Amino acid sequence: MNGLGVLPIDVAGGAILLWIVSGFLGLALQRSPRLICKLVFPAGACVSLALAACGFWALGSAANIAVLPLGLPDLPLHFRLDPLSAFFLILLGGASFGASLFSAGYFKFMAGQVLGLLCLEYHLFLASMAMVLLADDAYSFMVAWETMALSSYFLVTTDHAIPDIRRAGFLYLLIAHVGAMAILLSFGVMQAGHGIAAYTFDAMRQVQLSSFWASVAFLLALFGFGAKAGMLPLHVWLPEAHPAAPSPVSALMSGVMLKMAIYGILRLTFDLLGTQIWWWGVLVLALGLLTAMFGVMFAAVQADMKRLLAYSSIENIGLLLVGIGLTLIFHVYGRDTLAALSLAATLYHSLNHAFFKSLLFLGTGSILHATGERNMGQLGGLIHHMPWVSVLMLVGVLAISGLPPLNGFVSEWLLLQAFLLSPGLPNSYVNMLVPVAAAGVALSAALSAYVMVKFYGVIFLGQRRENAHKHAHDAGIWERAGLLWLAFACVVLGLIPVFVIRKIDAISQMLLGAHLGNATASWMFLAPVDTHRASYGPLYFLLAVAGVMLLTVLLVRRLYHGRSRRGPAWDCGFPAQSARMQDTAEGFGQPIRRIFEPFFRIENELPTPFDTHPKYHGMSEDKLWGLLYLPLKGLIEKLSGWVSLLQHGRIHLYLAYTFVTLIVLLIFV
Amino acid sequence: MRNPDQILAIVFQLTQLLLVVLAAPMLTGWVNLCQAWLQNRTGAGVMQPYRALNKLFHKDAVIADNASWLFRITPYIVFGCMWLAAAIIPIIAVDLPFSRAADVIALVGVFALARMFIALAAMDIGTSFGSMGARREMLVSFLAEPALLMVLFTASLISQSTQLTHIVETFAHHEFVLYPSLAFASVAFVMVLLAENARIPVDNPSTHLELTMIHEAMILEYSARHLALIEWAASLKLFAYISIGIALFLPHGIVGVGNWSGLPLAVGLLLAKMMLAGAGLAVLEAMMAKMRIFRAPEFLGTAFLLAVLGLLIHFLLGA
Repeated sequence: MNGLGVLPIDVAGGAILLWIVSGFLGLALQRSPRLICKLVFPAGACVSLALAACGFWALGSAANIAVLPLGLPDLPLHFRLDPLSAFFLILLGGASFGASLFSAGYFKFMAGQVLGLLCLEYHLFLASMAMVLLADDAYSFMVAWETMALSSYFLVTTDHAIPDIRRAGFLYLLIAHVGAMAILLSFGVMQAGHGIAAYTFDAMRQVQLSSFWASVAFLLALFGFGAKAGMLPLHVWLPEAHPAAPSPVSALMSGVMLKMAIYGILRLTFDLLGTQIWWWGVLVLALGLLTAMFGVMFAAVQADMKRLLAYSSIENIGLLLVGIGLTLIFHVYGRDTLAALSLAATLYHSLNHAFFKSLLFLGTGSILHATGERNMGQLGGLIHHMPWVSVLMLVGVLAISGLPPLNGFVSEWLLLQAFLLSPGLPNSYVNMLVPVAAAGVALSAALSAYVMVKFYGVIFLGQRRENAHKHAHDAGIWERAGLLWLAFACVVLGLIPVFVIRKIDAISQMLLGAHLGNATASWMFLAPVDTHRASYGPLYFLLAVAGVMLLTVLLVRRLYHGRSRRGPAWDCGFPAQSARMQDTAEGFGQPIRRIFEPFFRIENELPTPFDTHPKYHGMSEDKLWGLLYLPLKGLIEKLSGWVSLLQHGRIHLYLAYTFVTLIVLLIFV
Repeated sequence: MRNPDQILAIVFQLTQLLLVVLAAPMLTGWVNLCQAWLQNRTGAGVMQPYRALNKLFHKDAVIADNASWLFRITPYIVFGCMWLAAAIIPIIAVDLPFSRAADVIALVGVFALARMFIALAAMDIGTSFGSMGARREMLVSFLAEPALLMVLFTASLISQSTQLTHIVETFAHHEFVLYPSLAFASVAFVMVLLAENARIPVDNPSTHLELTMIHEAMILEYSARHLALIEWAASLKLFAYISIGIALFLPHGIVGVGNWSGLPLAVGLLLAKMMLAGAGLAVLEAMMAKMRIFRAPEFLGTAFLLAVLGLLIHFLLGA
């Protein structure tokens, strides 16, 4: 509390209001798109920064509550800012700062009318995400959640003239609403028939549910939030909708919106439900592993760069679910330090993924502007044309592959440490599942390096595949600023994990009543339990690596001449090298397709030796689409066909229904 | 520096840093010599790799026309990573100052960092061989890396630590116990070592045949000092892997920092173990044939499963 009596929640509320105002300002300014880009988006970015700062402030202080005299009768809007919401506010503010800066440059060629609307939707989207984090009753939560779904739907369908994008948007809307219904039902279970006032989260925290009803509430919530997060098997919308949106929106959807679902699961499981059951953890762990493996496998065979990133987001959501599952298991079995460790890994990875995935998605936006091409097989050699983007994207690629000393490695390290400290759980089945899960996590992390070598190598390296891209230009100054901020965050989060973990400890304290004692002992070394068991000093590590490399460079430069000349590539003496002889995206992914063949639905069209115009066409698709969704669609169509037997649209038939109903009622009453 | 112990530790660390970088090519030379003997040839002697490196360092580098900065910095990054990796593994003395900064997971991370850069550099020129090599290398590593991690996990579960120093101390200073989980882990480790160091049966370091090469395909475009650094890094990598093997499975004789009296014995033992491991590697390679590239995932999948099995056995039996 300070002299002015301003609480963090007031600042956060103000920020949300400012975002909404910026959105409407954009709508009002639609005659001058220049002004929207140069004024409204940077203003929105400043608000993001303020929100992140406010989250940072609230992370250290106690929860503060605000009740607005709006909303339903007997249920005014409740807001609450506690450490968990504060952490996700930092995530939202930090990632959207980069995205908004980037947008200021990205949208400058867009027509004014479209841009005005887009600006409104964009800022409403941001504001609704902040509202989701602050909501403290079911009503305001659902309102914010639906606003988030709808505003992002309109953002996805920005290019609605393209049928594929309309289709992607519809699929997204459908699954988002099925999920929202499940969340609403879950809230319904948790308020346990205590009337409308019991829809506040505070009342739900007081309710003691039987283990059956608690499980029902948990499963409904897992379904609902899982649909938003892209959990298997509810992921089908994600690789369609994320690539369809403009790049800054893809960045926000992948980097931030998916984390809202993770926030929802954490809030509901650890805060609102008083008790947890061990098999919940096993379920989440298993689903997370499947999701992670599935995501990375499919990312490896994609040819469209934004689809590849979308599948990689599915993988990362899988890893986050693994973290949540472990937290649940450890928490139920009373391993408090371990639960705190896996929660810290989960939260840290959420933050990391928000930054590096936003960075990569924004980078694809710059590439799209420079070349107009999303298919990686047509790109190549961009490192020579786009020096800024290529360096900054390299940071993102290294970070997402989990390489030291960047941020992706820290969260992976924490998660693996949690696995390593786990032996001796009382349930022997769970005890056996844990090492298998560790193996799965290690495998998907290694595969993600494969995916990222493909992503970066095919797009940026090698020879230019299309001559039309000869004049590809680098990103503009605003775009660069956005990318630079996100890359900077990736580096900083990689180098000073101890400070972040120290902050996260407040959340573990709140959700689990446990904290990581020794992790914060020394600011240089990250050590979850004690330094004898494990420690990792990123700064020290960087110093050592950089020192050794510098020494090498100096020695080689000093002791030997630095003469070099340029010449044509040797390639083992093969003559007539052409750009067509490099691996395409499909070619690079081919081994993975071959190894994991049973998981794909593969369609190959190979030319025969006698074709005059040989054509190759290969496609690998999701099997679940045919196995689950199409039968489901058939079933629903059949059911609605039966219902439509009643609906003939003729008025005398409806009158007859009314008459029969009246007669039946009369007989009974 | 606060106390003489720390200065001593740093002296030990610097000694090891210098020692590994100078001794690594000799190990490669020794493996080649053993192979020559097994093939009934005379062999070029253990000093041959130094002569090759010296020759390469004195040549003019030829860089392909469309190489970018990534291509030029990669040899330094790869060499630095491998040097550091070899330097943090306790082979003579435990408790070195660098080892606190990086545990076994970070060690795997260092290998991954070097691999990522070399694969990217291979794609940089845009030749058919380069991208083929990068693809195959990543194919091999996506199974080999988790297998290595699982092997290291088994060891760290037994010693209750992921610090190499503590793992080695646990294994070296306890009475000799046979851990069933480590038996599985050691088989998996040997398979990973073969794959990661581009040896037969996964790759062949002495061929330039398009159907067979992986590592060589990636570094085709390098010449002179860049090639020298990469070759040297490959020696360092082999040295590091054998060091890990020694640290995990044969750690007896490693001393603590400041233990001068044990030092000559430690160095002698290390030399003997390295020679033994190198000869063993040559024998293994002589007995096997190079397998088709599509068999490699099966080979590595087996390694991965064995490693996971080792881990599971530890969870089930606690040993």
